Amino acid sequence: MSLDGSARRFIPVAKLEDIPKLGARRYCRDDGKVIAVFRTESDSVFALADACPHKGGPLSQGIVFGESVACPLHNWCISLASGEATAPDEGRVERFDVRIVDGMVELAP
Amino acid sequence: MDGGKNAGTRMKLVVVGNGMAGVRVLEELLKLSPDLYDITVFGAEPHPNYNRILLSPVLAGEQKLEDIILNDLEWYRANGINLHLGKTVNRIDRIARVVEATDGTREPYDRLLIATGSDPFILPIPGNNLPGTLTYRDIHDTERMIEATGKHREAVVIGGGLLGLEAANGLALRGMKVTVVHLMPWLMERQLDKSAADMLQKSLEAKGLAFRLSAQTESILAGDDGHVRGVRLKDGTELPAQLVVMAVGIRPNTKLAESAGLHCSRGIVVNDTLQTFDPRIYAVGECVSHRGTAYGLVAPLFEMAKVCANHLAQMGIGRYPGSRVSTKLKVTGVDLFSAGDFSGGEGTEDIVLADPGAGIYKRLVIKDDKLAGAVLYGDTVDGAWYFKLLRDGTSVGPIRDRLMFGESNLGDTGHQGQARAASMADSAEVCGCNGVCKGTIVKAIKDKGLFTLEDVRKHTKASGSCGSCTGLVEQILMFTAGGDYSTAPKKKAMCGCTDRTHQDVRDAIRDNHLLTIPAVHAHMEWRTPNGCASCRPALNYYLLSTWPREAKDDPQSRFINERSHANIQKDGTYSVVPRMWGGETNASELRRIANVVEKYNIPTVKVTGGQRLDLLGVKKEDLQAVWKDLDMPSGHAYAKALRTVKTCVGSEWCRFGTQDSTKMGQELERALWRMYAPHKVKLAVSGCPRNCAESGIKDVGVIGVESGWEIYVAGNGGIKTEVAQFFCKVKTHDEVLEYSGAFLQLYREEGWYLERTVHYIARVGLDHAKKKVVEDAANRKALWERLQFALDGEPDPWHEPQKAGVDLRQFEPLGA
Repeated sequence: MSLDGSARRFIPVAKLEDIPKLGARRYCRDDGKVIAVFRTESDSVFALADACPHKGGPLSQGIVFGESVACPLHNWCISLASGEATAPDEGRVERFDVRIVDGMVELAP
Repeated sequence: MDGGKNAGTRMKLVVVGNGMAGVRVLEELLKLSPDLYDITVFGAEPHPNYNRILLSPVLAGEQKLEDIILNDLEWYRANGINLHLGKTVNRIDRIARVVEATDGTREPYDRLLIATGSDPFILPIPGNNLPGTLTYRDIHDTERMIEATGKHREAVVIGGGLLGLEAANGLALRGMKVTVVHLMPWLMERQLDKSAADMLQKSLEAKGLAFRLSAQTESILAGDDGHVRGVRLKDGTELPAQLVVMAVGIRPNTKLAESAGLHCSRGIVVNDTLQTFDPRIYAVGECVSHRGTAYGLVAPLFEMAKVCANHLAQMGIGRYPGSRVSTKLKVTGVDLFSAGDFSGGEGTEDIVLADPGAGIYKRLVIKDDKLAGAVLYGDTVDGAWYFKLLRDGTSVGPIRDRLMFGESNLGDTGHQGQARAASMADSAEVCGCNGVCKGTIVKAIKDKGLFTLEDVRKHTKASGSCGSCTGLVEQILMFTAGGDYSTAPKKKAMCGCTDRTHQDVRDAIRDNHLLTIPAVHAHMEWRTPNGCASCRPALNYYLLSTWPREAKDDPQSRFINERSHANIQKDGTYSVVPRMWGGETNASELRRIANVVEKYNIPTVKVTGGQRLDLLGVKKEDLQAVWKDLDMPSGHAYAKALRTVKTCVGSEWCRFGTQDSTKMGQELERALWRMYAPHKVKLAVSGCPRNCAESGIKDVGVIGVESGWEIYVAGNGGIKTEVAQFFCKVKTHDEVLEYSGAFLQLYREEGWYLERTVHYIARVGLDHAKKKVVEDAANRKALWERLQFALDGEPDPWHEPQKAGVDLRQFEPLGA
């Protein structure tokens, strides 16, 4: 993750209720990179690159449970908090800082 | 050890016995509830936990000791387990709740687990304790046997059972001249009938072993130096031997439990939760007697461990009902499999195949239309399959004439049976979906100490996708892990979130009128807060199919295809298949499709196998507009639902046609579309027995004949090609609709999620479906009405997304 100062700038991307519970929305960065922003049952938010470390499946389209998401292509399980694949699968997806301020989801893309 | 943050406040669990059973309980417990206990383990042997069933390959020189270690010392450290090696516990103070070892070590407990295993039985004959006389039980015995092979020439093994033969084989491979003395008239009499045992004996004789059958050992003889010099049989024969191995059986080690006053009767008596008569004390493994049976194989022990861990974790669900076991001899070059009861007797029938020239013998014992026992010699490739039929109590009537020829002869075009697991090259591909070859699976089983199909799936992905190679993977597991691996228990939990089966859940939803996923979770004590990607879609389906128009759909519990109403592709784009009733289309529809393809730059248009057109490579953002411009109904090509009704042209055009199959197909499709089901559902209607619409491999296949329509069910053209079975014959269109619809409604109400009709019918039996649909007119009408009630007003998600609960936000990216 690049941390050259500008990267940590948070920008508001959605109201919390615009992301479905146990679901995700996609955020498209100017350079074309897609970031998946997840919301859990207990209203925690997480952001990961929208590409499974296995074969690049769009994690935003997966089924969310607890603090994990199952990739829609081959069912790899990815931890929302760390971006790590659940053992015995091995791999990690880039994670991004995300927070909730006054009901707005803010992402540092 | 640091004890973690809750040290001091945690309960204390003491495990007596560091073998496969005790440690397996700990592994299961740590998975469920890692922080509940401070754990202490006593092991009498100086080794960490090793795989006792692989001692034979070690003796035979095929594996080394370090290869069979299951949990090394680092594992105990990493899990904070306090390990006392080389210490024998000889006292339990149940009042003070303390155990004491012979060296004075004392450990208090809140819960105690006894897993002391078994002791070899020692014949009460003169000379049974002479130097050079061994039993065959642990690493120590194995090492002493290996040592003896370096010094001595001749050995006698007393006992021609599984263990005795493996010991004899190992000693022979290490250069000894071995004679096996066996009390019974043939070898392995508890697992084999005489024919198989004779063949086994012949092939072992060819390997250099000698046998004395129906022979009783009278005494073991000492030489001048006090060391063993031979054995004398009852008939006076003396066999020279400098090494005598007794392998005449095991007896549960209950000494410690008995001294503590726990009730024992040929084993420590436990209930179905593996609890002894003292509720704080549990026992598992070869030391227990459960419902009067003591087990000496690894599979039952693992099943016990799972249940015991669940109760130690205070979850209080799960019962151990006993196990059925199978046996495989671990002698390289000898293929032998035995399971169940093959003693024959009244009411049983035998199917026997014997080809002594080729060294093949197979005997299947059938009782009440079910497989009761199996003995295979020389060709054991179908052992796992027979064992599954036996364990599941599957009715074998319909496949009886082909049963002997194995699973590969049941119309299977997949991988099963194409190659024999044992003779496959390491580079041969086993799992075609995930590209896993045999060598990878074997390596994972050996290196990681895997015992279950589930473990192999997790680590290698083999058989994890379409599942068609499951049988082959089970065979490889059986050959590699030694046969007595743990197969899936008959009652299979839905997923890791629960111990409940699909049937348990279906029943609970119906009996308790449960309407939401959280209600099911609460009622059935789910272990995870939101379930997982495997159980949630199943629960959502069960709720909707049991309580239509009452239970509310939860889109977040649906797989992406059913959430976005299109089929996700490997690059993250989608495919769109509009519905063409009965495969018929017209100029206006084709023109609209052509326009859409050009307007949205859709890269590929493909004719599907179900007589429609597939538009591939549609961007998610474009889906709504594509649906709108097409102005055709959803084809549900993405859903566990009615897909297509394939038709031939029928009597309207065809010179052979006897019935108007296109019209019949369209009527069926209009009656059944939007019907969700446990899995996808495909229909076909052919206008004459030439069957151009391939009705014989569909969930419901209809064939027109001069006098009406024949209905076939439970066919499948997919992973496992299955020919549909004749269901009934009817006269009118309305009857075709009612019978087909009622059958599908029965499947909708009773099928387990992701179970195709072929598997559903294999489980419940065709007779069951016929009884409910064909023979019971009132029930058929009721089923048909319930289906119509469920489908009435069901929206087309492409054109009534709001009503269908489609979350439209998903089609728009944020920050755009």
